Amino acid sequence: MAQVSLRGVVKEYEGGVQAVKGIDLEIADHEFVVLVGPSGCGKSTTLRMIAGLEEITRGEIAIGGEVVNDIPPRDRDIAMVFQNYALYPHMSVFDNISFGLKLRGFPRDEIRRRVDKAARILGIGELLDRKPKALSGGQRQRVAMGRAIVRDPKVFLFDEPLSNLDAKLRVQMRTEIKQVHQTVKTTTIYVTHDQVEAMTLADRVVVMNHGVIEQVGPPNELYRNPATIFVAGFIGSPAMNMIPARLERAGGGGLLVRLDDELALPVPPERTERYAPHANRNLLFGIRPEHLTEATRIDKRNLAPITVTLDVIEPMGMETLVHFHINGTSVCGRVDPAAGAEAGAPMALAAHMDHMHLIDKDSGKVL
Amino acid sequence: MAEAAAANRDFPRLYGRVGSLHRERLLALRLSYASLIFAAIIFLAPPFYMLVTSIKTNAEMADQTLNPWIVRSPTLEHYAAILGNPVFLTFFKNSIIVTVVVVTVTMVISVLAAFALSRMRFWGSQTLATGVFLTYLVPDTLLFIPLYQIVGGLGLLNSIWGLVLVYPTLTVPFCTWIMIGYFASIPRELDEAALIDGATWPQMLMKIFIPVALPGIIAATIFAFTVSWAAFVYPTAFITRPDQMPLTIGIVSQLVRGDTFAWGQIMAGALIAALPPVVVYVFLMDYYIAGLTAGATKG
Repeated sequence: MAQVSLRGVVKEYEGGVQAVKGIDLEIADHEFVVLVGPSGCGKSTTLRMIAGLEEITRGEIAIGGEVVNDIPPRDRDIAMVFQNYALYPHMSVFDNISFGLKLRGFPRDEIRRRVDKAARILGIGELLDRKPKALSGGQRQRVAMGRAIVRDPKVFLFDEPLSNLDAKLRVQMRTEIKQVHQTVKTTTIYVTHDQVEAMTLADRVVVMNHGVIEQVGPPNELYRNPATIFVAGFIGSPAMNMIPARLERAGGGGLLVRLDDELALPVPPERTERYAPHANRNLLFGIRPEHLTEATRIDKRNLAPITVTLDVIEPMGMETLVHFHINGTSVCGRVDPAAGAEAGAPMALAAHMDHMHLIDKDSGKVL
Repeated sequence: MAEAAAANRDFPRLYGRVGSLHRERLLALRLSYASLIFAAIIFLAPPFYMLVTSIKTNAEMADQTLNPWIVRSPTLEHYAAILGNPVFLTFFKNSIIVTVVVVTVTMVISVLAAFALSRMRFWGSQTLATGVFLTYLVPDTLLFIPLYQIVGGLGLLNSIWGLVLVYPTLTVPFCTWIMIGYFASIPRELDEAALIDGATWPQMLMKIFIPVALPGIIAATIFAFTVSWAAFVYPTAFITRPDQMPLTIGIVSQLVRGDTFAWGQIMAGALIAALPPVVVYVFLMDYYIAGLTAGATKG
């Protein structure tokens, strides 16, 4: 059990290409942190530097207070689960799980005890004599986790462990990983490109893009208060709507978000002070689909009515997605399936302005 | 009604199509059997002729009026003669010593070299890997003259240890190349998992790479075995003393006296000499194929 610290960590490949451009991150003991971002954002490289599989060009990584820059992977007391499981194909499940313990010279009965305990946690007790090729994808993933758990390391590292599984199994294994973490409580760093996985698993999510950290925070915090345009667009599905807008002063000291000549939405009074310095600027108006809904569905405060003509409707069962255009920008809203949305027909919606965002296009910051 | 009529109308056509597919399959099957049988005859005719000749009496062999493919009075006298000949047994012993040592040395060197070249990144490792393969492209018929100088300089002419020294120049590059290919096919995550599990490089080689690459190692072993067992050019060039000769040149040099060919014994000796490779192939092929069809690591 340990905390992990990254201080100014840089990974530079030959030819000066920087995969990771100076990362600072403090991960607390027992914490479950997910690194998420599009491919090539440096999340896997960061994980591999923590594991010791990649050299650190600059900066410092400490595990449990000890700087590990020059310590080989086997002495870092970490365990890693790989995307393709990386099970030893010639060994039985028992041998796969116990390999690390055997190399470290654990006594036979201690190995047996630990493997049995890990197998019990993961429900793979009957599979111990099988070879990996006789296992299903989910079972292989459990064995790979068993190999990590059994060592009782300071830190678990997961590198896209669910990417090779089908959608249904992925959801199931996600829950299992969370349960295992709640049981063993080992500090966990988990890399994924799937923002749903990140949201559901993490105590804190680290959103990365182009080798830098965009934002760190608890899942709901990132969802509610994204710090940058990238986080706003990356977290949440369907993605946040971003509509070009102009912030205008209205009579009585209020502010208006003007979307086109006819449509201007009032900014909630409690945000006037925050946005006032940006008046008369061209910005992006950000609002999530669930905050563009039929007026009756949400509380009446700070609702701005919008009447739109629907282009496409997508029934999802528990809700219906409606697509329309505002001033040439495609926009998505979420309404009740019983709200009577119909493609080609006009519909009265309301924007829930308490959940609005204003984004500075030039700096990429959410204001 | 209309549906039933349509079904009746369509069915015969459907059957016709299935039937023609079936006929095509049958034709393909027959053609492949025919070509396989043809190839088998071409390849098996010489050994069969050797077998037939080896169990004929000398008188029968000399009789030009008889069909050479048929034996009238089979005899094992040539086998008895050759197995009772201590010189032949010396050839056999020499071949076994040379082959066992060469195969062992080759596999140790090429597995270590391939592991280093495929997994450890160091300056020039790529060039070295290509270079290793290029050396294999130089034929032994070109190399035996300069190698004669070298072996002679080392005082190893007329000694099986000279052969032990030069055969690896043929076997090591090719086996290293095969092993590089096999090791390269092992997912990198496997060694990373082993590194994190606490394995050192030698442990990784012994406990992960060698077991996983066993089919490749067997293929390379078969190759090294065949090359050193059947080598002809080097022993012809380097060995003139009968007590140091391996089977390949021993049979032809000792059983041909001037223009007298002891055909029966030559054939018997050649067949006995061909036996070990056949046994090795049959025994290892099962492992080889089992290894090839084993499950991959991904799911």
